[in-house]
Amino acid sequence: MSLLAAQLPVLPIAIPLMVGSLLIIAGRRWPAGAAAAGLLALLANLGCAVALWRVTADGTVLPYLLGNWSAPFGIVLAIDRLAVLMLGVTAVVALACQLAALDGPLRQGPGFPALLQFQLMGLNGAFLTSDLFNLFVFFEVLLISSYALLLHRADRGALRAGLHYVIVNLLGSALFLIAVSLLYGTLGTLNMADLAARVPLASAADQPLVAAAGALLLVVFGIKAAALPLGLWLPGTYPAAPAPVAVLFAVMTKVGIYAIARVSTLIYGAGAGALAGFASPLLLYTGLATIIAGTLGTLAARSLRRLTAWLVVASAGTLLAALGSGTAASAGAALLYLPHTTFAAAALFLVAGTVAVARGPDLEDRIEVGNAPGRGVLLGSLFLFTAVGIAGIPPLSGFVAKLMVLDAVSDTPRWPLTWSVLLASSLAAVVALSRAGSTIFWKSPPSPQRVPVGRGALAALALLAAAGLAIVLWAGPLAGYMNAAGEQLAAPSAYISAVLAATGWVAP
Amino acid sequence: MELLVSSAIGLLTAGGVFLLLRARSFEVVLGLTLLSYAVNLFIFVMGRLAIDKVPLLREGVAPSLANHADPLPQALVLTAIVISFAMTAVLLVLALRSHAEYGSDHVDGAEPPAPEPRRRNP
Repeated sequence: MSLLAAQLPVLPIAIPLMVGSLLIIAGRRWPAGAAAAGLLALLANLGCAVALWRVTADGTVLPYLLGNWSAPFGIVLAIDRLAVLMLGVTAVVALACQLAALDGPLRQGPGFPALLQFQLMGLNGAFLTSDLFNLFVFFEVLLISSYALLLHRADRGALRAGLHYVIVNLLGSALFLIAVSLLYGTLGTLNMADLAARVPLASAADQPLVAAAGALLLVVFGIKAAALPLGLWLPGTYPAAPAPVAVLFAVMTKVGIYAIARVSTLIYGAGAGALAGFASPLLLYTGLATIIAGTLGTLAARSLRRLTAWLVVASAGTLLAALGSGTAASAGAALLYLPHTTFAAAALFLVAGTVAVARGPDLEDRIEVGNAPGRGVLLGSLFLFTAVGIAGIPPLSGFVAKLMVLDAVSDTPRWPLTWSVLLASSLAAVVALSRAGSTIFWKSPPSPQRVPVGRGALAALALLAAAGLAIVLWAGPLAGYMNAAGEQLAAPSAYISAVLAATGWVAP
Repeated sequence: MELLVSSAIGLLTAGGVFLLLRARSFEVVLGLTLLSYAVNLFIFVMGRLAIDKVPLLREGVAPSLANHADPLPQALVLTAIVISFAMTAVLLVLALRSHAEYGSDHVDGAEPPAPEPRRRNP
């Protein structure tokens, strides 16, 4: 048992890798069995996240030496509160994705459970690793799985969106490599904790190069997070994905947000000497501009899925603005907003996908008067519930999360601007969502045929709704945890010393 | 040699960016390939240019960078080459599929409307 406990940090990477490899073989022959096995593995993954939460909730940073090579020579995984939070959010969303895909294991194709496992491996690895090049590799793992998931049962529209998505991300990978090698060339290390320790020691001649590398990293993560000038690929790509895949993609932009939070607080954080927080104002204004663009997009969207995609853009802007406000409390508020927006966007994608199926191929989820979907009461209530959640109307999770963000930024110098943008965008979201809902559900005559809502989609929605409700019910303890995580980010010395001082595992 | 290598990287990058901004998917693929060559060279050079130095420790030679080439960028560039190779393969398959599906290799999947011929001033 102590062996298992010692290997716990690597399990969120190892389990999906092994299960995914097995499912490639099994998926074609026993599609139902493969889906069930995938579900079990996802439950195990959630269990790992909970176990890691129990270890790190008191502020411990748990290092894990891959191959027992100590830092900075080997790759180190490091688990702190932020990493555990991301693991947990991803585990819930992946579970919802697999549940939603159960509706038609054949419609989603036999390879789906395996691809989902590989995607999860990439996501978990990106959250756990403390090595910049390893982060690049896990980015590639999650990207190549996401290409495959996006194009799994691609129709013509998805093919075009997929081509754009792949090209943009390949360009991002090239920039990532340039940034990584610049950092190695100037500082001589790629371990993030070691980088953090060496950035303040950089010579005056090297400082512009180190800053350029940081700015390049910001561009790369901005592409992933869909920040304003770089995120225009998102509203075309996400609506083209099948509904269960779009559910999973709700967490993909958060990888970029996570990486920005990690790099900007650890490597370019308070201890970075002349370069400390050089990107913070940029983050704030980029975030605000992204919110405005996302809001305009939601008002102009012609279909429910496109509307949801623009809401994802706006939420990424909110997260960036809160992170860019630069205090520990605002970072904590961003971390509470992150699970809320992920769950709510995932649920709205799923509802939109179900509406599209229920209204038939002519209308799909376009915001036009036509057939209301069969089972209008059930679908309509689900839409109402998720829309209230995502728009930030009390009593659901959006209200709590947005309130905490507003409260946290209220003692930063730019609060009037941030408040007005955030509140106006919430109002516009309410307008856009109520217009969409009343057009699709109220103004349309009921459809003659009744398309049943799949049980898997219902189970996934129930899971996401329960997760959202949990944010409201345990808002107090969660806010305490997020604030502690924000403070942990603001004071990275514990993380740095835990990674650099980690010693190898010795057989008992 | 510094000038030669750095201008080679610059030329590759410039060519890559130029091709990347074209509207045909084949040219975009070529552009990304050129760009990945440039990036790979760049990673390699970040271990400093060294002539006649091996990346292995030898008996009787002090284990310092004055006597050896830095082995880490060589390992990094191997990883980067493998990944970019695989990604290019994915992209090529996608571009071919898209060409077969739409009958056009424009990145948007359809030919843009031809610009109207400019009228001469009367």
